[in-house]
Amino acid sequence: MQATLEQAVKLGLREDEFEKLKEVLGRTPNFTETAMYSVMWSEHCSYKNSIKWLKTLPRDGDRLLVKAGEENAGLVDIGDGWACVFKIESHNHPSAIEPFQGAATGVGGIHRDIFTMGARPIASLNSLRFGEMDNAKTKHLLKGVVKGIGHYGNCFGVPTVAGEAYFESCYQTNPLVNAMSVGVVRVGQTASATSYGAGNPVFIVGASTGKDGIGGASFASADISENSAEKLPAVQVGDPFEEKKLLEACLEVLQTSAVIGMQDMGAAGITCSTSEMSAKGEHGMIIHLDKVPTRQANMKPWEMLLSESQERMLIVVKKGHEAEIQQIFDKWDIHCVQIGEVTTDKNLKYYMNGELVADVPAESMVLGGGAPVYEREYTTPKYLTEIAKFDINSVAIPADLRDIAYQLVQLPNIASKKWIYEQYDSMVGTGNTHTNAPSDAAVVRVHGTPKALAVTTDCNSRYVYADPYKGTMIAVSEAARNIVCSGGLPVGVTNCLNFGNPYNPEVYYQFVHAIKGMGAACEKFNTPVTGGNVSFYNQSEDGPVYPTPTIGMVGVLESLDQKMTLNFKKAGDLVYVIGTSHNDINCSEYLHHIQGVSLSPAPYFELEEEYKLQQTIQKLIGQKLVNSVHDVSEGGLFACLLESAMTNGLGFSVATDPSIRKDAWLFGEGQSRVVVSINPFIQQLFEAELKNIPHTKIGHVNATGEIHIDDVAWGYISDWKEAYDNALGNLVNS
Amino acid sequence: MKFGIIVFPGSNCDRDMMHALRDDLEQEVVMLWHKDKDLSMFTKDDCIVLPGGFSYGDYLRCGALARFSPMMEQVINFAKHGGKVLGVCNGFQILCESGLLPGVLLQNDHQKFVCKNVCIKSENNRNIIGQNVADKILKIPVAHGEGRYHADAATLEKLNKNNQVIFRYCDEHGEVHLHSNPNGAVNNIAGICNEGRNVFGMMPHPERASSSALHNIDGRLILQAFTN
Repeated sequence: MQATLEQAVKLGLREDEFEKLKEVLGRTPNFTETAMYSVMWSEHCSYKNSIKWLKTLPRDGDRLLVKAGEENAGLVDIGDGWACVFKIESHNHPSAIEPFQGAATGVGGIHRDIFTMGARPIASLNSLRFGEMDNAKTKHLLKGVVKGIGHYGNCFGVPTVAGEAYFESCYQTNPLVNAMSVGVVRVGQTASATSYGAGNPVFIVGASTGKDGIGGASFASADISENSAEKLPAVQVGDPFEEKKLLEACLEVLQTSAVIGMQDMGAAGITCSTSEMSAKGEHGMIIHLDKVPTRQANMKPWEMLLSESQERMLIVVKKGHEAEIQQIFDKWDIHCVQIGEVTTDKNLKYYMNGELVADVPAESMVLGGGAPVYEREYTTPKYLTEIAKFDINSVAIPADLRDIAYQLVQLPNIASKKWIYEQYDSMVGTGNTHTNAPSDAAVVRVHGTPKALAVTTDCNSRYVYADPYKGTMIAVSEAARNIVCSGGLPVGVTNCLNFGNPYNPEVYYQFVHAIKGMGAACEKFNTPVTGGNVSFYNQSEDGPVYPTPTIGMVGVLESLDQKMTLNFKKAGDLVYVIGTSHNDINCSEYLHHIQGVSLSPAPYFELEEEYKLQQTIQKLIGQKLVNSVHDVSEGGLFACLLESAMTNGLGFSVATDPSIRKDAWLFGEGQSRVVVSINPFIQQLFEAELKNIPHTKIGHVNATGEIHIDDVAWGYISDWKEAYDNALGNLVNS
Repeated sequence: MKFGIIVFPGSNCDRDMMHALRDDLEQEVVMLWHKDKDLSMFTKDDCIVLPGGFSYGDYLRCGALARFSPMMEQVINFAKHGGKVLGVCNGFQILCESGLLPGVLLQNDHQKFVCKNVCIKSENNRNIIGQNVADKILKIPVAHGEGRYHADAATLEKLNKNNQVIFRYCDEHGEVHLHSNPNGAVNNIAGICNEGRNVFGMMPHPERASSSALHNIDGRLILQAFTN
């Protein structure tokens, strides 16, 4: 039966897309086919509104083993025959509706992207955004999301080693849940998401197919509204135990030489995996849907084709090796059922009980093939004029800065995220060195090698909102800075681009300029973008969220000896700021959440200066001239010093700079600054290395465990730590 | 002397235990599959380890399904004949479910999963597992949602009287009190052994504290005890 335009529109296709679809097929598609295209041509799968700009990002580098977009995740050479696979992905809309399962399946999905390439995940990270903490809904979402991430990751057995959480009113209805996975694999042992060789059998393995998550990809491509809760079936349900077995079985299967290609089933399930693998291998497939193990009786063909049931994989196997594969999945008690075979004819033909229900060219469905590509218009957002009007002189310097600092370190954006991360297993895998020796990026050792990976996610979206170009450069720079400050060499980026509705020209302006800024910074740091995810439509009746281009970055340490930590080591050590402090409180937590000024420009930042700073830090760490290194970020210099002091309970005595407003010196978030502590005996040697870069000796580490600012006692580190550690938990429970 | 580590579907600390025993303690390690049922290569000098994780997804109850696996029947038999068995975290839960150890592990009192370093101290050194620890306060990570040890009053009294409590949660100074208890376990119990002193269960993970790369090797004192 032919589909009608009305049906197509209801499924999420636009009128012109339905026309294009008729052209592609040379006939009017039936309902099943229309449903398949509606998902494959949704933003989530096709990147139709973003691909034009994504292609401008630097995507080449000496270390890249596959190009961005070619496989499920980026693959970067880390030397000595090892490679790292990593990717970040959003699960924003499901988490807004059902925070526990939404977040849990986000974690499950991103790990599958990693092990479908043959890599064993060794670290997870997440980047979260919620509304204000005084809102009951925020607490509900926060509790659910954190429990969901923990539930999946803890059981699956991959440590959650780092992440970020911010609280801003723009995320009230539309929280962001971005999950990143990092895995390692021997070079040459990776699997590819491809399919070829006529007659080769096609297997579905893992969980049974149910009605959950049908149309999830289309759902992710629409604004969140009151009616979204009615879309509950679009949220999938996760089973980390099944995925853990699937991981072990898939890695075992890849040790054989029986596999042609493998792809996980995420968005658009069977439709997406069959079409993407076939398009890549330039072959077709015959699929018998009646052979697919299902959770419920009488599922319709389109339901099976669109189901986003979790923990499933599609595997194309060399003919004659079926038994070998079957045996491994039997061992792990996992479904492994042949549902079709590869054909030379490049169409995908889906049958149900012998009846042909869909017949489509694989290539026509996918990104880079027949999926539509759009150029969207953009205009400069009006709010930027308001932002430019900000004048620092309109803000009075508070009389009691100690009290301001005490409030500041208890703001949920600054305070310890302990309430969150203690619910995650951060130590399984015995690779996370962060627990007992913290550094700016989490440093995770690679078992069987002397190497370690430094991993981080970063994005201060308030900066990006204030200046999409500069703000995104800052996000990339901070990620690189965190890795450099931990002793690593940044090698690659994955991005999760969370924006509002792309059909809004002001939102699209943010997107375009964010991409330009990201490109410029990634170019500078030689960190190609290996892949990622675009999440548009993050908006509600209240408007779009802050543009949030989350940067996930990976760096390499050739050995753990290169690692640098952030905590002060010894009383008497001298404390320096490397980089320049400015009379700048722009976009700071202090200005926004204490002074209540929500519109101000992005903080001071110059890419060239940042680059030079990072080169210097690398040199200082390499020459063992520094005892601790910690970058200045949210909360400014004061928060940075406090964080360095708290681990060992050592205090600090520092003097402010009289040429700068005291509030700016303490709480300003001007970029490209790093705090280091050094042994006084090597002061000369140390300073000799800093001839070409601004630096200031601001004080020393003290033994009394007290804070002294300009010789005024601000109390004991232990008391500040108590406040800092418990603030978020107190807010959750209040 | 050698160690056997049982791999259940859903075990996720099996490889960590293997790394700790083989790489850090340089011991012989044999990985055992839950569907197998042959422990004949193990003697009383050896030790069978039930690692942490979520065996069988922790469905029904933590450890409740694992106890019915073919390998567990062998382990029960092995233990009954005096063989040494160590269960960590999920392994401890399995040992309680299978009746090799008394009591049960309940959901944490705060209803949340908790992963952090905690301090524990050895109750007495009359057990193999405490012999190297002596009075030292150990920093060992916990990571569990259901780690609240519970037993009825009679069992507790017996455990205390027989010196079967092997570790209690304490603070960094060795003080045992409510604030040093990460999950609400009765009497701050972190680990126990059976009457025969050959079966040991504990919630903290010594294998996560045995590599110098992780800047904490307190766990070695516990694991090394089995190698003597």
